[in-house]
Amino acid sequence: MKVAYWPGCVSRGFTPELHGSMALVAEKLGIELVTLDRANCCGAGVIAEHNQELADTLNARTFALSQQTDLAMMNICSTCQGAQSECQERLDADSAYRSHINEALGGEGLEYVKGKDGWSNKNFLWLLVEEIGLDALKAQVVRPLEGLRVGPFYGCYVLRPKTRLGYDEFPDRDLYLEHVIEALGGDVVDYDGARRCCGFPVITMNRETSLRQAGTHVGDALDAGADCLVTPCPLCHLNLDMQQPEAAKVVGRDLGLAVLHLPQLVGLALGFSPKELGMPKHIASTVAVNDRVATPA
Amino acid sequence: MAEYTLKVRRYQPEPGEDGVARGAYWESFDVDLDPTLSVLDGLLQTRDRQDGTLAVRCSCRAAICGSCGVKVNGQSTLACKTQLGEAAEEAARIARRTHSADIGREGGAAADSVGPVGASDPASKDELSTGGTGREAEDSPGVIIVEPMGNMPVLKDLVVDMESTHWEKYRRVTPWLIPEGPPPEREYIVPADAMVDVTQSVACIQCGACVSACLSMEADPGFIGPAALAKAYRFVGDPRDGQTTERLYDLANDPHGIYDCTHCFACIEACPKGVAPMNQIMRLRRLAGDEHDITDVNNGRNHELAFVKIIEKKGTLDESLLLQESFAPGVKGKLMPTIRAIKGLLQSIPTAIRGIRTGKMRSVPKLIPGVHHKLPGDSQDHVKRIYERAEESRIELNLYVIGEGGEEEHLPGQEGAASEIVSAAQAEEVSGS
Repeated sequence: MKVAYWPGCVSRGFTPELHGSMALVAEKLGIELVTLDRANCCGAGVIAEHNQELADTLNARTFALSQQTDLAMMNICSTCQGAQSECQERLDADSAYRSHINEALGGEGLEYVKGKDGWSNKNFLWLLVEEIGLDALKAQVVRPLEGLRVGPFYGCYVLRPKTRLGYDEFPDRDLYLEHVIEALGGDVVDYDGARRCCGFPVITMNRETSLRQAGTHVGDALDAGADCLVTPCPLCHLNLDMQQPEAAKVVGRDLGLAVLHLPQLVGLALGFSPKELGMPKHIASTVAVNDRVATPA
Repeated sequence: MAEYTLKVRRYQPEPGEDGVARGAYWESFDVDLDPTLSVLDGLLQTRDRQDGTLAVRCSCRAAICGSCGVKVNGQSTLACKTQLGEAAEEAARIARRTHSADIGREGGAAADSVGPVGASDPASKDELSTGGTGREAEDSPGVIIVEPMGNMPVLKDLVVDMESTHWEKYRRVTPWLIPEGPPPEREYIVPADAMVDVTQSVACIQCGACVSACLSMEADPGFIGPAALAKAYRFVGDPRDGQTTERLYDLANDPHGIYDCTHCFACIEACPKGVAPMNQIMRLRRLAGDEHDITDVNNGRNHELAFVKIIEKKGTLDESLLLQESFAPGVKGKLMPTIRAIKGLLQSIPTAIRGIRTGKMRSVPKLIPGVHHKLPGDSQDHVKRIYERAEESRIELNLYVIGEGGEEEHLPGQEGAASEIVSAAQAEEVSGS
């Protein structure tokens, strides 16, 4: 499988371990990544908050760049998925609006085509379950994550609103993380935070609200017996992992729970070492996870 | 007809006949009804035939009055708008999520059984969590879980106190028209376009489902919240109102105002009338910051402007520059930093040091704001041109107005469509006239 790959900004910024682990795992799963290196930021909802047309045009440009490759597009960030799906919904809803946006792309020889044959924009989680399939994933597992207790953390942008995010066609998208954890041989931890907000979007605006959200979810997962969380969203990772020591202060308790990016969890089961997957770069120690999966592949 | 089980989160504040207060507990009821009838029909049949003490608030039974807000299978909604058949299917779907989900359930169940957790705690944390919704291993998959709304104190069973939260917040935004000068002799003449713009927020029936679902309010009970802010837009967007700037200033400078929303979409998902409160909050931000030049107490506008400028210059996000410019924008911000800016930057230092230590941030572009690369080739120039054009025209397409999936032929500048694609420039013209 070959995909037009949009890594997003954060996976090359403050979560470089995500970009790195995705490259390793993609190769192992037979996904060839054609990186869209000319593509721009999705706007993360912030540009849309400033100027909707600007966000729509910027994302239409990314879609058009990927369509130029004649490949389907893959992203690795819940926030990119949500922000881009929001723009796509508007672009697809109205042909005149689409033409207006496409005029802005004409200078670069680009055009976004609605419903282009074979084109879609899916994050790695959706692609893993819908295109590769859980059985094929299972067949690749060389080190089942037996006994590893994993709490799923989705990120709002791949959950809501369902009408925009393809749930009509794929109603179980809000259960995929659980399915993947099981396919890898791990145990799913049921806790309150799985589908809540990490708080990241207001970290610079209302730090306490933001960190209380992150700290509460990490604490709930710990109380439910989790060894780690797994998330397909690097922005959630920033709040749940990078800010975890600060979140601990706000909720007034010790935390210390590893938070893995989705490709890292998959990578462990596919036989990569925690170091290869960049886990030592995390702020919350991943040693407990390393110990659990220490048995050689 | 089919048989359904409703598992209801109950709360009895008064002691029973034995003198013992039961507090909060779960109770299941079987009902035999057509799958197209509603969860509310199920609750009413239960009350009529099985337990007259079951408290539920309702009136119209047709999703118009907004009285029967509850959570069904963890989702805030109207009981009368949720069909029994669909609710049972959704319950079964959620129950299938995993085979190993019993891990951690013990913790959840224990927390549930200690005192009236969901009842006395206004922020019952069951929303959106397929676990912790009261579903237990022995429940059959189709059991429909019904709970009182979240973020509001429970009075009895499914009846919550909307006064102390929902209505208080609602009054906070001055939800009535404040026209400029004395009223006209005859009716106000308002351009149709201008009213189309507020149609979506007018559709609110004050059921409180969005308040119940709000994840910001869960963490910050002081947040003005989705219902009240959507209503605020209804008046901010009304050309007859004479206090637009004052309203925006007020909402932007309340630390629990428009910049306290975490953009989680929970209110959009919960609203039974398609009001999309979060979208109205984003429009309030757009108007406050970009049209009325209001700098807010939460630093939201600086953050937005810094983000937008960085992408124009670099194409992808320079995170360290974003942090710097959010708190201390431009030369002025650096020469005369505010106390808030200094505090914000200082607070981020420990996080940065940790990041350098683990290697996460150990590179020049991540450490020095502004060193971040541009897009390759002439891509950055193309991005700049996109900016120039879009900042000029600022078209805002409202899918609520044009209809989602209706597709096609709302051509800007053509008959019928121009009125629906309202550019900010046009909107301004309208409000100025």
